[in-house]
Amino acid sequence: MKTKLEVKGLCYSYHTMEGETQALLDISFDVKDGEFFVIVGPSGCGKSTLLSLLCGLMEPESGSILIDGAPGEPSRAAMGYMLQRDHLLEWRTIFSNISLGLEIQNRLDEKAEKELIHMLDTYGLSQFKDARPGQLSGGMRQRAALIRTLALKPDILLLDEPFSALDYQTRLEVCDDISTIIRTQKKTAVLITHDLSEAISVADRILVLSSRPGRVKNVIPVTFDPKYDRPLTRRNAPEFSAYFNQLWKELRDHE
Amino acid sequence: MNEPSMSQKEFISKEKRHKSQVRICRVMLLVLLLALWELCAELGMIDSFIFSSPTRIWKCFGKMAGDGSIFLHIGVTLLETLVSFFLVVVIGVAAAVALWASRSLSEVLEPYLVMMNSLPKSALAPLLIVWLGNHMRTIIVAAVSVAVFGSILTLHTGFMQTDQDKIRLIQSLGGTKRDVLTKVLIPSSVPLIISNMKVNVGLCLVGVIIGEFLSAKAGLGYLIIYASQVFSCEYRLTGNHMPPRLRASVTVQVGLCACRADRVINWAREQKSHRRRRFSWIFASCCERV
Repeated sequence: MKTKLEVKGLCYSYHTMEGETQALLDISFDVKDGEFFVIVGPSGCGKSTLLSLLCGLMEPESGSILIDGAPGEPSRAAMGYMLQRDHLLEWRTIFSNISLGLEIQNRLDEKAEKELIHMLDTYGLSQFKDARPGQLSGGMRQRAALIRTLALKPDILLLDEPFSALDYQTRLEVCDDISTIIRTQKKTAVLITHDLSEAISVADRILVLSSRPGRVKNVIPVTFDPKYDRPLTRRNAPEFSAYFNQLWKELRDHE
Repeated sequence: MNEPSMSQKEFISKEKRHKSQVRICRVMLLVLLLALWELCAELGMIDSFIFSSPTRIWKCFGKMAGDGSIFLHIGVTLLETLVSFFLVVVIGVAAAVALWASRSLSEVLEPYLVMMNSLPKSALAPLLIVWLGNHMRTIIVAAVSVAVFGSILTLHTGFMQTDQDKIRLIQSLGGTKRDVLTKVLIPSSVPLIISNMKVNVGLCLVGVIIGEFLSAKAGLGYLIIYASQVFSCEYRLTGNHMPPRLRASVTVQVGLCACRADRVINWAREQKSHRRRRFSWIFASCCERV
């Protein structure tokens, strides 16, 4: 499989008058086309910083990010960013929320509208087309946020702990839901999380970051028997606890 | 529809009873205060020359309504208030957006805004007459100067507290600063802008009255000054035997100002509470179409 995203020697520091905080140090990894890549790390290890860099919201101090082998700054059109909370805008209907990205990029025409309505149908939100975000449950909101991201047809999806604001039961369902959607669409995804079981249940490979400054500690490939293909069933697989212990050890291991 | 349960019915009738009680008490309180005032004046417990009385005020109002002069004054004041209110809202929002858009600009101007806001504007009004002449324009400028600086400071603070993640969302969708402004900043600040407008109506009226005190040919502020000047003049000449009409007219103006302004604000408030959500959404979507 060819490499979709390549990160080489990425460094980033935050500057204030009081001093400088190194957030990321020499991060290198690559993500294959159609792969579900998960990044885990202790809190404050610069996970969100890494996503902001990948998304092009911030400039790296050094290092490079290549998409399909092409250098230069990552174009935002190629990246779909899903934030921690759904951030649906309360003053817009669900439809005008999911069309926000297309509207901003002036790409909202009749054809795009039809596609959006089709997506609402597929993800079971068609009856909420003209509803306000407040009328939706947490899981439905997150699905609407996913449609908003997918509507721009990004090459790579960046997910910044997209389930962390949900309660546990919804979280399992939405995680199952959304990762299945992403897999059937054959999208390349980079998910950031601090939840180890969530990471194991969706990932093809897991990158472990060290605590601040964030460095790559290890990249662990995750393979399950094909009969455990969905995140919820993976949690019942016998390999699950072995992976969990391995990850737990990696994270606990202070150099 | 299902028939509501007994406890639901009981709850509703209890709520209704409570609401009507509040309404009755409000009216009763007003009637009581007016009656007390009237009674004290009639019985000579307070000096009706200085304090006037409700019936006198009412008679005076009837007289002024009869020759139409009161409506001219109210109209002029209302017009000036509305024009300056409109200007304050437009200038306030525009300046706050400019300050939000440029960190350097806001940091440079901040001490000046705080200083301008704390300046006693009523002391500035005589200067404005010298600079701008004896026009309605001067009064409007005076009213705007009372309200606009505080308005800019409040709106700017509100704008700076916009959810950073929502701004990131717009940026991650490829939006520019303009998109952030029209799609997140303004729509999410609608409640703030409305509450700021409420404060501004009052401040504009204060500013207009101050302006009219100093330079006007008509308006409620002019009327108050006129009455009090004639009052003091006659006071020296006739002592306690000044016709009650003039004393009353002083009071009626003040009362009327407050009552008028209250009406307008109350009406606006009611409209808003009925349609606040709808209104703010419509307002928000209008902003976005710009």
